[in-house]
Amino acid sequence: MKTVTLSHGGGGKAMKDLIDEVFVVAFDNPLLAPLDDQARVPMSALTQQGNRLAITTDSFVVDPLEFPGGDIGKLAVCGTINDLAVGGAVPLFLSCAAIIEEGLPFDVLHRIARSMAVAASEAGVQVITGDTKVVQRGACDKLFLTTTGVGAIRAGIELAADRARPGDAVLVNGVLGDHGSAILAARGDMALDAPIDSDCAALHGLVGAILAAAPATRFMRDATRGGIATVLNEIALAAKCGIEIDEAAVPLREAVKGFCEILGLDPLYLANEGRLVAIVPAEQADAALAAMCAHPLGKGACRIGQCTERRPGQVVMHTMLGGQRIVDMLIGDQLPRIC
Amino acid sequence: MKYIDEFRDRDKAATLVREISKIAQSFRQDRPIQIMEVCGGHTHAIFRYGLEGMLPEQIELVHGPGCPVCVLPMGRIDDCLAIATQPGVILTTFGDAMRVPGSRGSLLQAKANGADIRMVYSPSDALTIARANPDREVVFFGLGFETTMPSTALTVLEAERDGIGNFSVFCNHITIVPTIKAILDSADLRIDGFLGPGHVSIIIGTNPYEFIAQHYRKPMVVSGFEPLDVLQSIWMVLRQLAEGRAEVENQYARVVSAGGNAAALRAIERVYELREFFEWRGLGSIDYSGVRFRKAYERFDAECRFAVPNVQIADPAACQCGDVLKGALKPHQCKVFGTACTPETPLGALMVSSEGACAAYFRYAAKAA
Ligand code: SF4
Repeated sequence: MKTVTLSHGGGGKAMKDLIDEVFVVAFDNPLLAPLDDQARVPMSALTQQGNRLAITTDSFVVDPLEFPGGDIGKLAVCGTINDLAVGGAVPLFLSCAAIIEEGLPFDVLHRIARSMAVAASEAGVQVITGDTKVVQRGACDKLFLTTTGVGAIRAGIELAADRARPGDAVLVNGVLGDHGSAILAARGDMALDAPIDSDCAALHGLVGAILAAAPATRFMRDATRGGIATVLNEIALAAKCGIEIDEAAVPLREAVKGFCEILGLDPLYLANEGRLVAIVPAEQADAALAAMCAHPLGKGACRIGQCTERRPGQVVMHTMLGGQRIVDMLIGDQLPRIC
Repeated sequence: MKYIDEFRDRDKAATLVREISKIAQSFRQDRPIQIMEVCGGHTHAIFRYGLEGMLPEQIELVHGPGCPVCVLPMGRIDDCLAIATQPGVILTTFGDAMRVPGSRGSLLQAKANGADIRMVYSPSDALTIARANPDREVVFFGLGFETTMPSTALTVLEAERDGIGNFSVFCNHITIVPTIKAILDSADLRIDGFLGPGHVSIIIGTNPYEFIAQHYRKPMVVSGFEPLDVLQSIWMVLRQLAEGRAEVENQYARVVSAGGNAAALRAIERVYELREFFEWRGLGSIDYSGVRFRKAYERFDAECRFAVPNVQIADPAACQCGDVLKGALKPHQCKVFGTACTPETPLGALMVSSEGACAAYFRYAAKAA
């Protein structure tokens, strides 16, 4: 089995071979092809799409590298695209930096690079520049990826968390917690084989559909680490309004419910990689919802609650039983309970 | 999950709450009826479903000591750290013990500083790690009431059978009955009735609680963990109070029997013996409330195997965990609640685990109040 060694990070021929053989082959496009220190993009590529540049960067570390429904490569492409998309940007270009731990099998690296390429091409974005480093065993965990994304925002689109107003509807595009459960289950340290796939997906198409149907949409955010609970808290704090959600309306897969039940986890805090929260004025909420449901990535879309005047800065859940509880920001990681 | 949803029916909950209110109104007493749930699992359900807010004002729930993580004193955490940081040791632990503060930090901090501490979901996971690492010493941080005691015991028996020499347990298992007794004997007790622990009772049955009814004349209802279970059990306690009865009733009969689980009890009996006393956070030392391994299983006892400093550290002076545990104070009435003591920087253990009354209050209820 061929593995990456420190010599692949030495800057010499071995490194060039690795880059050519793994990344260039996979990402192949004219902007990347010169392999210069920088990719050069004509301004028109951006100005045709909008009047503002959107830039975002994110690092990806996940164990295991490959999991049901995706891998770190797909995650690195979709995650960064989503960070652009939820701001209303059309994603255009990505950079990719890889930090590889010596000993990583080439097969794995190939699979992940190909998976990135597939995700990028499906999303209509190009990976146009990158970097590779190889570090000693133990200095990183197998593979870390950092992607930077560039996109353009059309004139007139203004999305911001502080624009949420009492009365606005809180929408999500499908069942929650799939990604977090898939990763936990894939780690396999809980002797429980939940058939749950990650929801990892690029959401810019869906965002486009929402904005077309509900141009007054106030804000969107993908509910990644910290889950939906964290996003809602951020919105409530930024907009100084309350948010009330209805437990019975929060969409959850049966398998995820069972998983959380067994491990004592709260699905509201589980990570998602293909789910977003949209805050939409009440009068356009139905239109937004219909547009979401009509999109392949919004089939399970629903309204889970609304912004309120009461209790500014707080998220309150009406429980299934008819009680209420605060949904707070998470402190540290969720740790499974013992009994 | 269909099975579970049955126990979360909103209409049934509303009916129960109406019945509870009806009985509560018939009480003529100048202070609220206090019902203690002994088990952390109930505390969790109460907060997660917002049950407290659904109950009439005359009823106050007191969140008892039944969160085994919450009652671990600082000294035991320090001892555990002393074991974890010895060369060659892999310490394995349930996740929620990771953040409990000792006097020199938590297991989570020790892990960040390089100790090999791994989260497991059961003692048998720890044994698996021991099999896979024959050149290391694998120690399991055993804690919990009778609920988790049998699985630790069975794992030790398995290790013995398979001749696994590099596995041991830092045993902090505690037993429920002396604890309830200590609460009943405390001078400032105001509790009117108890919700009995569900999981513990699956193992020990309901018979061991009879003294609560007979000697202390307090009602106890062994309760399940679904929100409707808890509401129904509260109703059952109230009905006993209204009718002047004090009995042990079993709401959780779908899994709890009077005699308990004989096989589990045999494993407990075989492996453990009572300690003369065991130190609890907030409650002090309680006689015969903890267990250790019998002589025959001493080699699996981490306290015999490693030099354990056996430190005794008094709870921080500002900490009022004891009063909260006994129901004399509500969590937010503690002087340091939400200021010096928060889930990020817990001073007392009730702030650590999601089952701890203070943490649950802080997360789910305090600001709503
Ligand atoms: S607030 Fe902290 S110190 Fe006070 S009772 Fe609760 S856990 Fe103990």
